[in-house]
Amino acid sequence: MYNVDELKEKALKAKDKKASIGPDINLDEYDDAPVPHSYMAEEDLCTLPEEEQQRLIMAGLDVQEKERGGTFFQKDTSVIHCHSQQEGIEVLPIRKALEEHEWIKDYYWKLVAVDTDKYTAAAELGLHDGYVIRALPGSKSIYPVQACLYLDKEGLEQNVHNIIVAEEGAELHVITGCVTSAHIKKGIHVGVSEFFVKKNAKLSFTMIHNWAEEMAVRPRSVGMVEEGGLFLNNYICMKPVRSLQMYPTTYLEGKDAVARFYSIIVGSPGSEYDLGGRIYLRNPGNRAEIVTRTISNGGSIIARGHLVGEVPEIKAHLECRGLLLKGGTIHAIPELEGRSEGVEMSHEAAVGKIAQEEITYLMSRGLTEDEATSTIVRGFLSVDIPGLPPELKAEIDKAIEESDKDMM
Amino acid sequence: MLLIEDLKVEVGGKTILQHIDLEIHPGETHVLFGPNGSGKTSLLMTIMGYPQYRVVAGKISFKGQDITHMPIYERAKLGIGISYQRPPTIHGLKTRQMVSICARGEIDVVELARKVNFEDFLDRDLNAGFSGGEIKRSELLQLMAQNPDLMLFDEPESGVDIENLQVVGKTIALLLQKNSFPDQDKPKMQLKLERRKMGLIITHTGFILDYVAADKGQVLYDGMLSCLSNPREILNCIHENGYKECVRCIM
Ligand SMILES: Nc1ncnc2c1ncn2[C@@H]1O[C@H](COP(=O)(O)OP(=O)(O)OP(=O)(O)O)[C@@H](O)[C@H]1O
Ligand SMILES: [Mg+2]
Repeated sequence: MYNVDELKEKALKAKDKKASIGPDINLDEYDDAPVPHSYMAEEDLCTLPEEEQQRLIMAGLDVQEKERGGTFFQKDTSVIHCHSQQEGIEVLPIRKALEEHEWIKDYYWKLVAVDTDKYTAAAELGLHDGYVIRALPGSKSIYPVQACLYLDKEGLEQNVHNIIVAEEGAELHVITGCVTSAHIKKGIHVGVSEFFVKKNAKLSFTMIHNWAEEMAVRPRSVGMVEEGGLFLNNYICMKPVRSLQMYPTTYLEGKDAVARFYSIIVGSPGSEYDLGGRIYLRNPGNRAEIVTRTISNGGSIIARGHLVGEVPEIKAHLECRGLLLKGGTIHAIPELEGRSEGVEMSHEAAVGKIAQEEITYLMSRGLTEDEATSTIVRGFLSVDIPGLPPELKAEIDKAIEESDKDMM
Repeated sequence: MLLIEDLKVEVGGKTILQHIDLEIHPGETHVLFGPNGSGKTSLLMTIMGYPQYRVVAGKISFKGQDITHMPIYERAKLGIGISYQRPPTIHGLKTRQMVSICARGEIDVVELARKVNFEDFLDRDLNAGFSGGEIKRSELLQLMAQNPDLMLFDEPESGVDIENLQVVGKTIALLLQKNSFPDQDKPKMQLKLERRKMGLIITHTGFILDYVAADKGQVLYDGMLSCLSNPREILNCIHENGYKECVRCIM
């Protein structure tokens, strides 16, 4: 049962609770006071300054809303635009949902524990807003819904809570970007996300992050997938960030449920990333895959992965590949945990540099050393993600293309 | 023209080629025989410019330029191309993209691939899990796209099945303008004059000779080259007397 007082109480108790992993962030250094911004009509989005639009585009947000099924746009603490253009797909701010809809209470804090750590506590005690995206039973999203969390105010602590629901038989694609404005240096983003993939539903969630050099980022997300459902979770982060730590978890709660996590990370100097993915396979026929590609240009990257096979007749694979291009560290920690006979679980992990042989091969076809290197790097980062709509694949390719320019 | 003069090459401090002289004129194709480990691949890699094959003496020139110490990609730009015996796999790079890269511009990749029965492989990662014969066709396809003036083929027909052997043979002949069954409309003399491509083909079996009208043949033995001769005669000699005898009898 949803009980506001109980939630607040639990949150208060966890207010100073450090996270189990990752560097601790002193939240007192940030300001979580609301920053009002006025709501923008659809047509106004195009009047955003060119520079701002460019940064949004890099995180997958298209202000023209071409080939998008809906938009949610939050700047600092205020929702400045929110609407759906597809029947059967609802997009609304979470505060509004909590005020107006009873059903949201079946989802709010149902997967993520409010007292997980001080970040989840902050998201409850100082909630600004966030999005709720729900695909009604049987509805199919033709175009992805885009959601953007924009940070503009220096020193802000942005607390958001998102809920994504694909009802029975629905198909929903979401692309979400977190972006900071060009001038911003310091801030923290705290984002709680809860994913519900109902029976035979399909959800693809593609997150592209563009942070600033002094940003701290603490997403906390948990998903659940019912019988026959598919949850595709893609994460792309190619820009510097001071500290990013997350360990999204998904529970496969029905038979034949499938979850796939794909992450592509490029770590810049001075950046610290601690990323992971955890999937519990709890029913026969469950499939899980965690694929991570990391490149370090001098950043420090910890790439975790944890697959838990609880019953027989499940299949899970973890693949973690890292390339050290210009110093830095990559620490791959793949974990497989079989709790029953008859589980089929495997992993491959590799950390290294680009093979000279591959570079010379391309050079003998007329590419310079730099061109050859960037071609190989691009190949390394381009993971085939089955079931991802072409528009989203194109967004990922674009992000890779962009980072390529920065790297070389 | 490719001109190699008294070349000596080391790998990891060990001499693998010495006293190598070779001259390939525009329009000419040479064939190179030799036992396993004799240095054939090393010679091709040295011509292409692989830095681990260290030239310690002698000189290589191409089109009148001294290329002995020129970086690989500059040699490629100058018009040297190679079909490898064992190319590396490049994950995430589609064969289609690689063919475009080789072409350095707009080409119809599918159309080109069709010529070597390779259209079904274009969306696969380059060389990833390719069979021996598939690798040869992939390499050939890349060379077709690149269309260099000097083409080095490292055992292009080994591992290729009988049907594809014909495809490979004819394609190489076409690339080198060395078709055994030339365009009947043109007089032989004119064809010879128009022919500018140069080729150096490594072969163990000599099957390729059925398709490519090679001009000259040589045996590489123990890091040294024998004198020039007719490729068919060399092949017969090797069959009858073995490599070692053959080097001696020709010399
Ligand atoms: N990088 C290397 N390090 C050490 N030895 C090498 C290296 N490359 C080649 N060699 C050695 O040089 C010799 C010549 O090798 P090469 O590959 O040129 O032979 P090949 O004539 O092409 O043989 P094959 O017919 O088997 O293809 C061999 O003994 C080989 O082991
Ligand atoms: Mg060889």
